[in-house]
Amino acid sequence: MAISANEVKHVAGLAKLAFSDEELEKFTGQMDEIIKMVQQLEEVDTTDVPVTMHVTDAVNRMREDVAQKGMDRDLLMKNVPESQDGYVKVPAILDGSEEE
Amino acid sequence: MNFETTVGLEVHIEMKTNSKAYSPAPVQYGAEQNTNTNVIDWGYPGVLPEVNKGALEFGMRAALALNCEITKDIHFDRKNYFYPDNPKAYQITQAQTPIGRNGWLEIELEDGTKKKIGIKEMHIEEDAGKNSHNPDGYSYVDLNRQGTPLIEIVAEPDLKSADEAHAYLTRLRQIIQFTGVSDVKMEEGSMRADVNVSVAPIGSDKKGVRTEMKNLNSFDHVRKGILYEAKRQEKLLLSGGEVEQETRRFDVPSGETILMRSKEEANDYRYFPEPDLPPIHIDDEWIKEVEASIPEMPDARRKRYTDNWGIPAYDAGVLTQTKEMSDFYDATVAAGADPKLAANWLMGEVNAYLNSKQVELQDTALTPEHLATMIQLIEDETISSKIAKKVFQEIIKNDTEPKAWVESKGMVQLSDPSQLQPIIDEVLDNNEQSIEDFKNGKDRAVGFLVGQIMQKTRGMANPKMVNKLLMASLNQR
Amino acid sequence: MDYFKNDIASLHDGLVKKEYSVEELTKSTFENIKKTDAKIEAFLTLNEQAALKQAQAIDDRGVDANNLLDGLAIGIKDNIVTKDLKTTAASKMLENFMPIYNATVMDKLNEAGMINVGKLNMDEFAMGGSTEHSAFKKTKNAWDQTKVPGGSSGGSAAAVASGQVIASLGSDTGGSIRQPAAFNGIVGVKPTYGRVSRYGLIAFASSLDQIGPLTRTVKDNALVLNAIAGQDSHDFTSSAQAVPDFTEGIADGVKGMKIAVPKEFMGEGVQPEVREAVKNAIATFEKLGATVDEVSLPHSKYGVPVYYIMASSEASSNLQRFDGIRYGFRAKDVKNLEDVYVRTRSEGFGDEVKRRIMLGTFSLSAGSYDAFFKKAAQVRTLICQDFANVFADYDLILGPTAPTVAFGIGEELNDPLTMYLNDILTIPVNLAGLPGMSLPAGFANGLPIGLQLIANAYDEKTMYKAGYAFEQATDFHKQTPKIGGQN
Repeated sequence: MAISANEVKHVAGLAKLAFSDEELEKFTGQMDEIIKMVQQLEEVDTTDVPVTMHVTDAVNRMREDVAQKGMDRDLLMKNVPESQDGYVKVPAILDGSEEE
Repeated sequence: MNFETTVGLEVHIEMKTNSKAYSPAPVQYGAEQNTNTNVIDWGYPGVLPEVNKGALEFGMRAALALNCEITKDIHFDRKNYFYPDNPKAYQITQAQTPIGRNGWLEIELEDGTKKKIGIKEMHIEEDAGKNSHNPDGYSYVDLNRQGTPLIEIVAEPDLKSADEAHAYLTRLRQIIQFTGVSDVKMEEGSMRADVNVSVAPIGSDKKGVRTEMKNLNSFDHVRKGILYEAKRQEKLLLSGGEVEQETRRFDVPSGETILMRSKEEANDYRYFPEPDLPPIHIDDEWIKEVEASIPEMPDARRKRYTDNWGIPAYDAGVLTQTKEMSDFYDATVAAGADPKLAANWLMGEVNAYLNSKQVELQDTALTPEHLATMIQLIEDETISSKIAKKVFQEIIKNDTEPKAWVESKGMVQLSDPSQLQPIIDEVLDNNEQSIEDFKNGKDRAVGFLVGQIMQKTRGMANPKMVNKLLMASLNQR
Repeated sequence: MDYFKNDIASLHDGLVKKEYSVEELTKSTFENIKKTDAKIEAFLTLNEQAALKQAQAIDDRGVDANNLLDGLAIGIKDNIVTKDLKTTAASKMLENFMPIYNATVMDKLNEAGMINVGKLNMDEFAMGGSTEHSAFKKTKNAWDQTKVPGGSSGGSAAAVASGQVIASLGSDTGGSIRQPAAFNGIVGVKPTYGRVSRYGLIAFASSLDQIGPLTRTVKDNALVLNAIAGQDSHDFTSSAQAVPDFTEGIADGVKGMKIAVPKEFMGEGVQPEVREAVKNAIATFEKLGATVDEVSLPHSKYGVPVYYIMASSEASSNLQRFDGIRYGFRAKDVKNLEDVYVRTRSEGFGDEVKRRIMLGTFSLSAGSYDAFFKKAAQVRTLICQDFANVFADYDLILGPTAPTVAFGIGEELNDPLTMYLNDILTIPVNLAGLPGMSLPAGFANGLPIGLQLIANAYDEKTMYKAGYAFEQATDFHKQTPKIGGQN
C-alpha cells in the first residue's frame, strides 16, 4: 500500500473533507492506485534540475500603488449565505482559539 | 542550576501603502466594515492577485534599513489554512525567497551597553481580515484589513532576556518608523509579535525546547510573557519535568501564559509557489533607487544634531526617538529657529504638553513655522520668555500665527528707550531711598527698582533694556 | 440559417446583406437549442432575455460590416464568470452562484459584438474527461448519444458539433478543449499559456489553465481567438507578446514546413484506427509539401503523473475558497465553524473533485512535498526541454489528440486511472505552456477522430496555417452528425 486509510483520513482533515467508512475505503483504494501511478516519477533522475512553476514569459509584472475605491458592499454581499450589518456572519469556532 | 533564556521574535508590521498587497482596494484604518474591499479581497471565483509595486519597494526599504541583503530573484508562495478572515484559504507570502536576509540592528540596554542582533530574514505577506467573536455563537467577518501588506521580520536567536527583547522591539519600531514604511501604531495592531521562549542550563550546548506566544501587540506584554514563560520552564525543568513544544497564550489579567495548542495539533500549511504571480527580478539599479528613497535614519540624524548643531548627545537621542519629533525639529530649524533653542522648546514645553495631554505631536495644532517664529520673537526680544509661555499655549492649541497674535494682544515687549526712560525716571524720583541704598552698595535695591518698573509697565518692559537703562540712570544720579 | 451550412464569414455576410437580422438569427439559435438540447444536454443556463436585448441593440445601431463577429451567437463554458448570469462550474457548490463581475474574455466578446446565448455543461470544476462529472446533467456526444462528448469542455464541444452555436469558449488544463473537440469532430484550440486572460476563469490549475475557442472550422477558430487574445491588467501571467491577426496568411499552405511526429504519441496505447488516421494525415501534409520526421519526446510519458500531481496540488489550494462563508453552497443546520467547512465541502463537491483535492493536499503535505510536488515540478522542466529541443528544428508537432474515439457513457466513470490516461497526448502541451489544436481527421465506427497540432509558444499562426491547409485538403469537417442543424 502506498497510502493507508489513516493517512487518507489525515489528508481529508487538512482539506476539510469528511468521508464515511465506506467512502474512505473506496477513496483509499483509488488514492493508492493513483499514488502508485505517480510514483513512477521516482525513476527519473532530477539531480540539479530546477522546478518549473510558471510557463509564462511574463516577469516583473507589478501594479503601481494606486488605490481604487472599494466595491459596493451590497454587491459583494449578494452571494453571502448569512450576513448582518455589513458583516459576513458565520457560526463561531468551538474552542475560541485564534489563528494568525 | 542557572538557566539562560533564549528569545526568538517574529514581528509583523503593517505597511502604509495606498493600496493592498495584491489588490487595488485602499489600505485605510478604521473604515466602516467591508467597504474597503473588492472581489480580489473576497476571493471571488476567478479573481487573480495583482502584486503592488509599492509594497515591494517598502519591503525593500525596510530590508535595506535593517542591513539585509536583498534577494534578487523572488517569487511568492501560498500558505494554506482555513479561517473565516482568510477568504482564499491561503495567504500569499514569501516562504522560499524572503526579500531580505542576513540583516542586523543594534540595541542599547539600560546600562548603556550595545549589542548587535541578527535578522535572519524579512519577507512580504498579506494581512488577514478581522473575525470578531460574539457571545451569540457567531463570528462577524470584516475584510477591510484583508490584503494589507505586511512585513515579517524574523530575528536570529540572539536575544537572551526579556529586556533585550524589549530593547530589540523598541529599536525595530524606531527604525521602521523612520523608513516611512509604517506608522507602527501598536494600538491599531499595525505591529504584532510572535515570541518564542526557551531556557537551557548556562554552559549547556543543548538548546531548550521552545514555546510560542502568538500575536502580542504590546511591548509590555512581550516582556511579561517572556519573564513568566522563562520562569515556568525553569521550574518545570528543576522539578524533573520537560518543556513541551506548544503554542501558549499570554493572559493579560493574570500575567500568565496558558496552553492553546500542542505540537501534535500544529498546522500543515502546505506551502508551494504561487502560480498566479510570475517571478520578479530585482536588479542593482532598482535597489539603488529604493536606497535613495529611504529617509535619514535616527543614528545619522543624531550625529548631525550633535556635530553640526552642538546638541548634547542625550537631547539628540530624545529628539530622534520618533520620526515625527525629528522631522518636526528639522523643520523648525529650517524655518529659521536657532537649533539649540528649538531643541530646548521641544524637549521642554512641547514634551511636557504632550505628556500631560497624552497626545502625539501631530495631534496638536503646533507647526514648525509657528514654533520657529515664536523662538525668533524671543530672540529679537519682541516678547519675553514669560510671555512666550502664553504664546506657546496659544499656538499648540490653535492654528495661530504668533507674531500677529502677540501684536494684537499687546504682548510686545516695551524695549524702546524713549518710552522706558520716563518711567524709569519717575520710579527713581519716587524712590530716593533706593538710590541711596544702591550707592551704599546694596544690590538688592536694584531688584526692588526693577520690580517697580515692571509693575508700572504691567510686566511688558523688556527686562534687559530696563536693566541697562536703570543702571545708566543710577550711575548718573 | 443552418450552422452546418455556414461559417462565421457567411453568417456575417447574411447579416450585412440584411438577409436576416441579428434578432432573427439569435431567436432561431435559441429555437434550435431548445429543439436539440433535450437530446444533447449541452446547456446548463440559457441567457435568452439578455441575448435578445443585445441582438436588438446591435440591429438598432447596425451590424459593423468590418467586424465578422458582430451579432453572432456564442456559448460559454460554465467556469467562465458572466456578470448577472448564473455560473456554476457544474458544481453543487455554486448551484446558485451569481457572478458580480465579468471575466475579461466576456468583456472582449462583448466588445466584439458577440452574443452570449448561454452557459455550457462541463465536468465539475473542469476536472474530468467525459462531462459525466457534472453535478447537473450528462451531455451526449453529438455523433452518438450513447457516447460521452469528452471533457471537461464537453458541453462546449457538443453544442458546436450539433450546430447549436457557431462557436463556443472552453478551457483546457490538460486537454479539456482538444479532447472533446476530437470526440465531437470539431476544431478546438488551447492557445499558448498567457495568450488569453484567465481573469474570471474559475481556477482549476493556475499554471496550466487556458481559455480557448471551439468551432467547426479552422478559420472560425482563429477569428474567435483574435477577439479574446491579449495581455490583461488583471492577469499578471498574461503575456505582453503582440497579438497578430491569426487569420493572416492562413491560406499560405505548408510547403517547406517542418513537422515532427513524436514516436511516443504513436505507441501501443493508441487505437489502431486513430493511428491510421494520423498516418493518413501525415501523408496529406507530405503531399502538400511539408516534410515530416519522427522525433522523440522522451519525458512525455511522465506527463500524466506530473500533471496529476501539479494540477491537483494547485486545485487543492484554488478550491479551498469554497467554504460556505462568502458565496455558494452552505450545508444546512451547521452548528460550528468546523461543520461549515467540512459539511459544506463534503456535500458540495463531487467525487472526482474530492479525489483531486485529496491527491493535491497529499502531494503538498509535510513529508510528501519533495517526493511528489517538487519532483513533479522538476520533471515538468524536462518535459519543457524536450519540446524546446524539437522546436529548435521543427515548426510543428503532429500526433493524435486522444488515444481513442469517444467511449460509452458510464464506461470509465468508476475507473479514474483509465480516465486519467486518456489525457496522455494532450497533457504535455499544457505542462510546457504551448498552443495546441485538435481538428477532424477521420472516423472510426462513425465516431470522429482528432488530429493534434502543437506549435511553439506564441506561434499559433503556424498551427492555424497547417490546420487550414489540412482542412482544405480533406472533407472530414464537412461531415455532420445526424442530430442538429437548422433547417
